[in-house]
Amino acid sequence: MVLIDPYAQELRPGLVTQPDERAARRTLRDQIARLEAQLADAVATAFPTRAAVPFVVAGAYGPRVLGLAELERVRDDLATRLSEARQELTRRGMAQERARVRLERMLLEPGRHRFERVAALELGEGGCGVYQVRPRLGLIGMLAGWWHVKLSSGCPLATSQPTDG
Amino acid sequence: MGPHEPERGWVDAELAQELPELTLWSLPAGAPPARRSPPELRERLRMLATRLRGAEAIELRRRPVPHAYRVFFRQIGLDPDDRRTPVEEATMRRLMHGGYESHGALEDALLLAVVETGVPVWAVDEDTLDGPLGVRAARRGEQRPRADGFADDLPEGRLVVADAAGPVAVLFGEPDARHAVTRHTRAIRLFSLQVGGVPDVHVEEAFWTARDAGWPDATEGTDP
Repeated sequence: MVLIDPYAQELRPGLVTQPDERAARRTLRDQIARLEAQLADAVATAFPTRAAVPFVVAGAYGPRVLGLAELERVRDDLATRLSEARQELTRRGMAQERARVRLERMLLEPGRHRFERVAALELGEGGCGVYQVRPRLGLIGMLAGWWHVKLSSGCPLATSQPTDG
Repeated sequence: MGPHEPERGWVDAELAQELPELTLWSLPAGAPPARRSPPELRERLRMLATRLRGAEAIELRRRPVPHAYRVFFRQIGLDPDDRRTPVEEATMRRLMHGGYESHGALEDALLLAVVETGVPVWAVDEDTLDGPLGVRAARRGEQRPRADGFADDLPEGRLVVADAAGPVAVLFGEPDARHAVTRHTRAIRLFSLQVGGVPDVHVEEAFWTARDAGWPDATEGTDP
């Protein structure tokens, strides 16, 4: 009986080639293709929200023909990374939903959410705007109970002063 | 098949059974182009660079042809986020440098081909080749010459583009020093690698894009 190290870089096709294993390798390659597509979707979905999802899956000293064990390892790593990415996206989605509910409550009854803020980033929107509850007409509004929700640009560049020279 | 159509290369029999959709195509391109890129080519690259944004670089991995190469990279043990596919490598260079830098007519033509079609094209000195190009696994003891005169050992089983004499390039890598295009080159051969999910028309388009861009006078009036 010959023992073959599946992680040896000298692995060449033909040493462990049996028809059933070739079919198994083909199946694993198909699975890798599907998982890669799903992981790419997750990464592209996360990008607009500036959420960082894990997507790195280590290679296997390629380019070469991978053995069964190596293809399984790549497949399993992709599946793990995909699961982590989806968990992160779900977590972000729930946080955005909570932020949207807070904003709706601020809009419905601003007086009960005085000075509360919700950033556009928390809602999953682009830009650096901030929704905040502010009194109308300053001190008069505070005393009279006149509150409303304002959207500020939040952009630091809008307040920067030009430098000399 | 006419004289100006891409020629199909050979793939080692065992390799073809494992990776049946891997195909090598090559096309003779004639004499090297002028060293400096023509203004039209540089303008085309500049226009392409202005249209690329960071979000598109992320979206690239979902497009059919770049995705096909990413999948193939994973299947042959490469991490496409570490050792990038040619189209993603070109995109990253654009993001890092703020544009597509011109490095001569030939390099710019090959860059244009991969940016516009997603299919990579490489150039080799045709006079250094021994027979048709193909794909196989490296054998024990084979080496890859470097420009400084030394050579790197190729691990047995490493997938290479080869001719009858030996390896010409590691798969998806640049041709080695012995086969690279230099100022002494008299004839160039272009080659490309097609994987599963990449339509034939994209490969043809990549070749014609490279030839039209690098050899504009030679392709005037010709019908691909």
